[in-house]
Amino acid sequence: MSNSLYGPLPDVAEDAGYTGAPERRGFFTDTSVCIGCKACEVACKEWNAVPDDGFALTGMSYDNTGALGASTWRHVAFVEQTRPRQVGDGGDTRWLMASDVCKHCTHAACLDVCPTGALIRTEFATVVVQSDVCNGCAYCVSACPYGVIDRREDDGRAWKCTLCYDRIGDGLEPACAKACPTDSIQYGPLDELRERARARLDALHEEGVTEARLYGEDENDGVGGAGAFFLLLDEPEVYGLPPDPVVTTRDLPAMWKWAGGAALALAGGVALSFLGRR
Amino acid sequence: MAECHPVGFQWVMEAKARGARIFHIDPRFTRTSAVAHRHMPIRAGSDIVLLGALINHVLSGGHDLREYVLRYTNASVILSEDFQDTEDLGGLFSGYDAETSSYDPETWAYAGGEQEAPAAGARDEQEKGDDPDGGTSQGDGPGGPSGRITQEHGPGATYEATSSQTGHADERDETLRHPRCVYQVLKRHFARYTPEMVEQICGIAPDDFAELADAIVANSGRDRTTAWVYSVGWTQHTVGAQYIRTASILQLLLGNIGRPGGGILALRGHASIQGSTDIPTLFNLLPGYLPMPYAHHHEDLDTYLERAAGDTGFWGRKRSYMVSLLKAWWGDAATAENDFCFDYLPRLTGDHGTYHTVLDQIEGKVKGYFLLGENPAVGSAAGRLQRLGLAALDWLVVRDLQLIESATFWKNSPEIETGELTPEGIGTEVFFLPAASHVEKDGTFTNTQRLLQWHHKAIDPPDDARSDLWFIYRLGLRIRERLEGSADPVDRPVLDLTWDYPEEGPHHDPSAEAVLREINGYDADGNILSGFTALKDDGSTSCGCWIYSGCYTDGVNQTARRKPGSEQSWVAPEWGWAWPSNRRILYNRASADPQGRPWSERKAYVWWDGEQWTGHDVPDFEKTKPPSYEPPPDAKAEAALAGTDPFIMQTDGKGWLFVPRGLVDGPLPAHYEPHESPVENLLYKQQGNPVRQTYDRPGNRYEPVDSDVYPYVFTTYRLTEHHTAGGMSRFLPYLSELQPEMFCEVSPELAAERGLVHGDWATIISARTAIEARVLVTDRVRPLRIQGRVIHQIGLPYHWGSAGAVRGDSANDLLPIVLDANTHIQESKAATCDIRPGRRPQGPALRALVRRYRRMAGIPED
Amino acid sequence: MVPRAEFRSYYGRPILKKPRWKAPHMPGYLYLGGLSGASSTMAALADATGRQRLALTGRITAAAAGTAGAGLLVAELGRPERFLNMLRMFKPTSPMSVGSWILAGQGGFTMAAAASAVTGIAPGLGRAAGAAAAVTGPLVATYTGVLLADTAVPAWHEAYRHLPLLFAGSSLASGGAVTMIATPRGDAGPARRMALLGAGLELAAAGALERGMGLRERPELVSEPYRTGRAGVLLRTGRALTVVGAVGAVAASRSRAAGVIAGLALTGGALCTRFAVLYAGHASAEDPKYTVIPQRERRTVS
Ligand SMILES: Nc1nc2c(c(=O)[nH]1)N[C@H]1C(S)=C(S)[C@@H](COP(=O)(O)OP(=O)(O)OC[C@H]3O[C@@H](n4cnc5c(=O)[nH]c(N)nc54)[C@H](O)[C@@H]3O)O[C@H]1N2
Ligand SMILES: Nc1nc2c(c(=O)[nH]1)N[C@H]1C(S)=C(S)[C@@H](COP(=O)(O)OP(=O)(O)OC[C@H]3O[C@@H](n4cnc5c(=O)[nH]c(N)nc54)[C@H](O)[C@@H]3O)O[C@H]1N2
Ligand code: SF4
Ligand code: SF4
Ligand code: SF4
Ligand code: SF4
Ligand code: SF4
Ligand SMILES: [Mo]
Repeated sequence: MSNSLYGPLPDVAEDAGYTGAPERRGFFTDTSVCIGCKACEVACKEWNAVPDDGFALTGMSYDNTGALGASTWRHVAFVEQTRPRQVGDGGDTRWLMASDVCKHCTHAACLDVCPTGALIRTEFATVVVQSDVCNGCAYCVSACPYGVIDRREDDGRAWKCTLCYDRIGDGLEPACAKACPTDSIQYGPLDELRERARARLDALHEEGVTEARLYGEDENDGVGGAGAFFLLLDEPEVYGLPPDPVVTTRDLPAMWKWAGGAALALAGGVALSFLGRR
Repeated sequence: MAECHPVGFQWVMEAKARGARIFHIDPRFTRTSAVAHRHMPIRAGSDIVLLGALINHVLSGGHDLREYVLRYTNASVILSEDFQDTEDLGGLFSGYDAETSSYDPETWAYAGGEQEAPAAGARDEQEKGDDPDGGTSQGDGPGGPSGRITQEHGPGATYEATSSQTGHADERDETLRHPRCVYQVLKRHFARYTPEMVEQICGIAPDDFAELADAIVANSGRDRTTAWVYSVGWTQHTVGAQYIRTASILQLLLGNIGRPGGGILALRGHASIQGSTDIPTLFNLLPGYLPMPYAHHHEDLDTYLERAAGDTGFWGRKRSYMVSLLKAWWGDAATAENDFCFDYLPRLTGDHGTYHTVLDQIEGKVKGYFLLGENPAVGSAAGRLQRLGLAALDWLVVRDLQLIESATFWKNSPEIETGELTPEGIGTEVFFLPAASHVEKDGTFTNTQRLLQWHHKAIDPPDDARSDLWFIYRLGLRIRERLEGSADPVDRPVLDLTWDYPEEGPHHDPSAEAVLREINGYDADGNILSGFTALKDDGSTSCGCWIYSGCYTDGVNQTARRKPGSEQSWVAPEWGWAWPSNRRILYNRASADPQGRPWSERKAYVWWDGEQWTGHDVPDFEKTKPPSYEPPPDAKAEAALAGTDPFIMQTDGKGWLFVPRGLVDGPLPAHYEPHESPVENLLYKQQGNPVRQTYDRPGNRYEPVDSDVYPYVFTTYRLTEHHTAGGMSRFLPYLSELQPEMFCEVSPELAAERGLVHGDWATIISARTAIEARVLVTDRVRPLRIQGRVIHQIGLPYHWGSAGAVRGDSANDLLPIVLDANTHIQESKAATCDIRPGRRPQGPALRALVRRYRRMAGIPED
Repeated sequence: MVPRAEFRSYYGRPILKKPRWKAPHMPGYLYLGGLSGASSTMAALADATGRQRLALTGRITAAAAGTAGAGLLVAELGRPERFLNMLRMFKPTSPMSVGSWILAGQGGFTMAAAASAVTGIAPGLGRAAGAAAAVTGPLVATYTGVLLADTAVPAWHEAYRHLPLLFAGSSLASGGAVTMIATPRGDAGPARRMALLGAGLELAAAGALERGMGLRERPELVSEPYRTGRAGVLLRTGRALTVVGAVGAVAASRSRAAGVIAGLALTGGALCTRFAVLYAGHASAEDPKYTVIPQRERRTVS
């Protein structure tokens, strides 16, 4: 179990107690080449036998699954943007698509707060729920700063992306990455991916796509860097991502101090009450 | 393309990463537009104007690749003095017969060429109006073959044996100055296709046009190539074939055919739709694009062959293709004495295409119907007529993965809801037989690139589900059992068929590999043939489809090869097998200049090394024919083509800028408005394609041009999340949840004009019916300014029907049957309608609403 | 009102998941845990200072409330049958794990102490258990502040200093309140003083939270859910009830009826506070602005 709660962590698996663990694995999702085909969503469901999420038209462009959740482990966001236009004007429409997934945080709040140990860090430094251990306390749900993991109400357990633990252990690509036709989803050793992402960013900037930016690749960020990071073409919140998430456990020591203080205050209060005559 | 061919689209993304500039021309801003450099919204049905203006730009600016044009195309050929262009005849070509709404192509011929035998073989005979019950209306005359599914948008057409005897033109002007040479005719013909017309008709601003034109010109030539990619946005029009023709002219002028990075790429539909044109499910073709013989006219094999195709070019070997096919089918029974059982082949008597057949069903002329892997109740235009047709049958066999609407129409079709039909009142006996899916059986898919790829069975089909191969084979066995001992000569074709395949697996499936071997062909000793050039016309070889010959060379299933791209050359010849002869780019002789040298080092593909043709791909040319080769007089087949004639299936080896024979609606493309259009044709007096097939009859009423009752254009299309008529998506929860409801896409401007509210319902009304859909108001749909007016377009996906996990109204119910006369494909990409907020009326009130609209527009009653 | 800040979001959809914890389970548990905690400490001190009547009341209250609270907690689980998985490990980074162990201790100690007190069996052990419960008691009452704060929910997380104090005060008040109701006026002096002290702390902490005092980033925005909507109404109602209860507690030295009324008012106040905190958390997670705006500003600053 991880003892560090915040900040860069060069070897996540080692920190979690593994020795001789493989390189850290993760995702680089390059949304600039995403075509919104949702093959990733479907492949994930097929491989992991995730149930459907209901049949409701949301009216949110072509997105009818809405968000990541207990039964949607890959979610493709569709953002339509247009600058004001006139009839016949070529206009300037952008349609951003981005496939979101669990970030497999370096400091994973979900894992830290899980009381049962259902959430574990794997040797690949990914974060996985063991569904046989989970008791459905839903603590992880509120702890995740990205709103990823959720509890399925019918079976009472928490679910999220496993980074296809059962595939990568056998040397296979995760199902979503395998299905992605444009390589928007790239899987591999995280260090390699980060390098690739920076090169891609530079290339895009050179092409004049100045709005391109990386999200989640910085190990100095609030979660110590995400195991699944992104290249975005707009601010994160436009895609439903938090602009600057911080793992909640960063403040845990302080929290315990304040709680201890409050406990002392309570005890003191009781004691004080007994100082009177009767 | 990103929407419908996402896997293929990875190559576009890769090209983009390597610096290619991507333009997307589509009425709507789609997932493709999202990653393209430029999206140009266009009015549905107007692309010929845009492409024509590009041709005009190339010609008037002298941007063509002159050496290519001069040597590889028919630009220099001088046309007959009798030819009159649309310029002279108000939008018609010479040879038009208003009575039959058809063309006699005689005046389109080359000057000085001998008056050849009727050019386009079997197809032309139909054009003479053989079809006894065809012409109920305008343009019905050409009658014409084909089911829409199979002749949709395919490169197969370039292989069709249509061209024939045009041969070598006697008169040429290599200076291209002769007023009647093709080059000058083109110039005049396209002169009126100007950027101003593009703006007025397509709604594309001159600046945007200039950007496109400059980009294409700059990216074509010796060192660069441009590719055009299309699918049914181009084909499902009454001028669909001419869309592709226009692109062909442009690409030939720019030297973009037969070269890497060039071409006109037809993205095809169903996983093996290419395969089902090659080995056709079309009524008017035999395997390998040999025409189906016609009743009365072809008394014997010789006369058939004379008409079937030309004698020069590779079609000159037609006899070997045909005889080998007959041998494959009738084996020992096929002998030289009995014309190799040529008489056993069924004969055509008229139009047996899908839509014609449906009308015949309604009229009670069709009693029984097999539907194997098709869902016309949802997927075909004029959905109501489709279902009325099914309801008029005696029996219907549906083989499908799911209980699709075409099998359940008798209880859940909209006509049951409106009260027009009742389950008790429908006499059709429906047999539903579950089919095995592609993962449950062996076989090949042939894709857009003519690539045959083998798929291995992953699991056995469940329960009673069986492969189509199993079904057809068993059906054949049972019929033969019934006929056994029959002395009736009419039964001989069935009894003499070679109908024995090894069986395998728990369900005793006939071996698909054995079928593939039969298609590849054998010599007299039963040895596997190496390719189609080994076919003989004396009955000593058999071959199920000449263009596929070679797919089992060396006894190896070539189609099952899967060597990773990283382990072979960039052409990847060892992945699957491409017809013909594993060539990856057709007519690739054109990738070298007339002397046989690559046009540029960068674009080197195949070349003449002094002794033979060599290069990255299998040369699509005789290996040792030097560039200097000149055919002797009277040479036949490929020997009749020169060493500089890359288009080896053509009788003259040239790319045809002008098509003297083979198309029923003109030798050059001309813009005609869609049958239902909000505007009049600004280019010609002639409004619509004069030979389009129309059927103005009850249930299929048409809307007038520029109608204020039906003022809006609608176009139908696909969503990535669904598949065609929905049998393979609407029944699956993982796909259904991604697009759970039928919707319409409208611009904010139209929404404001009609009070449509995002997320609420709208009713869309045509002269055929009204449907309801949820409203998506989106900037991705833009109003266009056309001829000074604002034209609104409505986008309608066509996937929904009355069965499945998610249900909804079907866009096809809105469309009429009106067809391209070449391909008999329905015009489903452009029609007119009205839209209003709210749900549609239920029950009989629905028909009443439709009637009210028709009355307002002055359309005859049903 | 906070001025409507310009911010962008994905169709206005929440970024965070709304906490799955719901009413009445969660607030009920928070209340009962606090009650149990304050009561057990009080009982131990009463016992130590020879106030047997008070001690008995405290022990029974602590045990009953602890048990009921644990029941609610179990009921709140997605898979209640797997409650014991809570005790598979002790995990300091998980307030729920820590809390489960504290709660287990608290449950055991208060049950033992109460059983002994009621039956008179093994009085020595009973007193020892009572003493132990006096230590776990304040922890049970305040760890819940960490439980809520150690989440991504801005209204909870940012209030990590306020919540333990709020719960401590509220627990004191609740303990005093129930004891005031359950014990004769003469025995209830310490309870009245507990109630008063608790009410004071609760009012102070809630007031600070409501005004955003002591919050780090965008205090007026992050605290908004405590002022508005259902949580705002409940928090204000709770305050009124607590004030009434405090006044009643002062009067209760002279009137038993006043004591009962004060007890009920304080209980109501404490419950309102707990519900308010839950709903503030829901509201804070459901509107993306609470997530986006502070984070965005933080990013622009750094
Ligand atoms: N996901 C998915 N993939 C599929 C299919 C599917 O159903 N679902 N179907 C398969 C089949 S059978 C086929 S045939 C192919 C079809 O593939 P596509 O041809 O790509 O399919 P469509 O969406 O029908 O039409 C393409 C586009 O044509 C545009 N369009 C309409 N009218 C015009 C016009 O006049 N000019 C121009 N330039 N564009 C126009 C429409 O707006 C639409 O975006 O896809 C195949 N792939
Ligand atoms: N309005 C409008 N209409 C259109 C079009 C359009 O763009 N707009 N596009 C047209 C085009 S291009 C096409 S291709 C058609 C498609 O129209 P259809 O072919 O009628 O529709 P599909 O849903 O593709 O039907 C194929 C059926 O085959 C079943 N199937 C799959 N595999 C097998 C198998 O191995 N064996 C058997 N027996 N069945 C199998 C599937 O379950 C499915 O029900 O729609 C056409 N109609
Ligand atoms: S994104 Fe959320 S669910 Fe995923 S590892 Fe991080 S905290 Fe856990
Ligand atoms: S719901 Fe399951 S996975 Fe989440 S914190 Fe509780 S026990 Fe752990
Ligand atoms: S890695 Fe596996 S579990 Fe995670 S989203 Fe992709 S397919 Fe689903
Ligand atoms: S599969 Fe790839 S391209 Fe398709 S939606 Fe997912 S990330 Fe985008
Ligand atoms: S559905 Fe099949 S054929 Fe169509 S794009 Fe996907 S993989 Fe290719
Ligand atoms: Mo198709």
